Amino acid sequence: MTDPNSTPASLSEEVEIPESISGLEPVRSVRSPIRLIYDFVPSPPVQEYLRSYKKKKILGHRSPIDGAVFVPPRGVDPRHGVLIEESVELSDTGHVGNFCITHLPIPGRDDLDTPYVSAWIHLDGANVGFLGLVSGCENDEVHIGMRVQAVWKEEEELGNTAENILYWKPTGEPAVPIEKAGNRAWDQADE
Amino acid sequence: MSKSNSFRDVAVVSVASHQTKTLSEVNEVQLMADLISKCRKSAGVTQEEIGFTCSGSSDFLAGQAFSFVHTLDSVGAFPPISESHVEMDGAFALYEAWVKLQIGEVDTALVYSYGKPSAGSVIDVLATQLDPYYVSPLWPDCFSLAALQARLLLDKGLITLEKMAEISMRSQKNGFNNPNAVRSSKDVSLENLMNEPAIVDPLRASDIAEIADGGCAVILAAGDKAKSFCERPAWIKGIDHRVDSHTLGVRDLTRSPSAFLAAEKAGRNADRLDLAEIHGMTSTQELILEKEFDLSEETLVNLSGGCLASDTMMASGLIRISEVASRIISGQVDRGLAHATSGPCLQQNLVCILEGE
Repeated sequence: MTDPNSTPASLSEEVEIPESISGLEPVRSVRSPIRLIYDFVPSPPVQEYLRSYKKKKILGHRSPIDGAVFVPPRGVDPRHGVLIEESVELSDTGHVGNFCITHLPIPGRDDLDTPYVSAWIHLDGANVGFLGLVSGCENDEVHIGMRVQAVWKEEEELGNTAENILYWKPTGEPAVPIEKAGNRAWDQADE
Repeated sequence: MSKSNSFRDVAVVSVASHQTKTLSEVNEVQLMADLISKCRKSAGVTQEEIGFTCSGSSDFLAGQAFSFVHTLDSVGAFPPISESHVEMDGAFALYEAWVKLQIGEVDTALVYSYGKPSAGSVIDVLATQLDPYYVSPLWPDCFSLAALQARLLLDKGLITLEKMAEISMRSQKNGFNNPNAVRSSKDVSLENLMNEPAIVDPLRASDIAEIADGGCAVILAAGDKAKSFCERPAWIKGIDHRVDSHTLGVRDLTRSPSAFLAAEKAGRNADRLDLAEIHGMTSTQELILEKEFDLSEETLVNLSGGCLASDTMMASGLIRISEVASRIISGQVDRGLAHATSGPCLQQNLVCILEGE
């Protein structure tokens, strides 16, 4: 195998350099910086979702096909490819549908000590989960089915953002049985 | 390729498209959910009956990696579907679906594409498709490159400023009857267009594409399936795509040999053409294409208004196919040519010949 650190053959050959630029360092690579700027405008359901966070409310979208509730709302039911217009206000309690304990830091999140627990939070009344941090207990106490509630930022710090929820803490209620925990949107019809 | 007995009969059976200056009330996913639903409803098919789904879109345009994955939410990709994506105009996604239908694996296909250029700068996005070492770092925009092409055409006496204005006028007048046209006018005059100042000399504002957000969805079906979905399917009698060099300096920019060849291979000459929907970013590119396709007086060109009326990067080519197909399905015309382009100055060209029975 070629030694990745050795000079490529084409560059290792003797090159005759014109006198005017002799003594200059040869070009070995070209940089073409690309910068493109975008104005991202969230769609109306996403705007409504983000704005409601300021009032400590979490919005979902109800499918016109079978009533399944999706959070965050995206304006469509991805199972059927149909538009959704009905919003539902969800409570800030639910259960852990699944989780993992991460030992690697997230660049830019110096406030987050490792290891931390990220989890699929299944809100009461929602048929799918969304991502959140679980804290307020020992990491090895976190389990699938554990009941949790949102811990919100102080009133004066609330903005139009999902960052308003600092983390999800255990409520101490009896856990959801493992066979009932997690996604329910895809097997509703069977129930 | 031109049609021969060894090919399966494949037709466009349903189309839906939407274009607007700025898509503000819905995002791409919602737009496509609406268009795909309309398209499936008019053919009377459910997603489960569709054998293959193929889309075309650009991450550079969306400013997001794997942006097409989000848009699959608009399809209803459950139970899991057979799916593919091209980082090209939807017309090239349609080609892939057509090949899949030819193989015989499936009998129906859904093709869609979309673009929301209003989120960024489409001329900068298009500069990134150029040669990354010698051309792209200079950031030439697509209209400046088209202006170089236009200058050559004018100085060689192949076209006139008046001929360009006639194309712009045709586009604006035809666009008047197209709800998707962003720029249209019933009574625009040649004189007014001629008096417009050049903005990328020699091109005037009316000579260049009217950038718009939008999308398009098309359903393809083979043989008897096509007849069951649609009273008068628009049969694909030939489809071909060809590529010219990526290096602008080695090309004769007054010509588009790949467009000529694609049209030849697609069987343009087999019968008369009632309609041609051609995809050019400028009036001058439309003039080049008309010449390469050797269109006669009896062929109506760009009844939709074309890209000078509404141009949605990634969808404009598929929309050309949809415009021809919908007029065949409705019985308005019998045979038409649809063209899609990609790359700088008409570098890549796809031609699709559609026919009603």
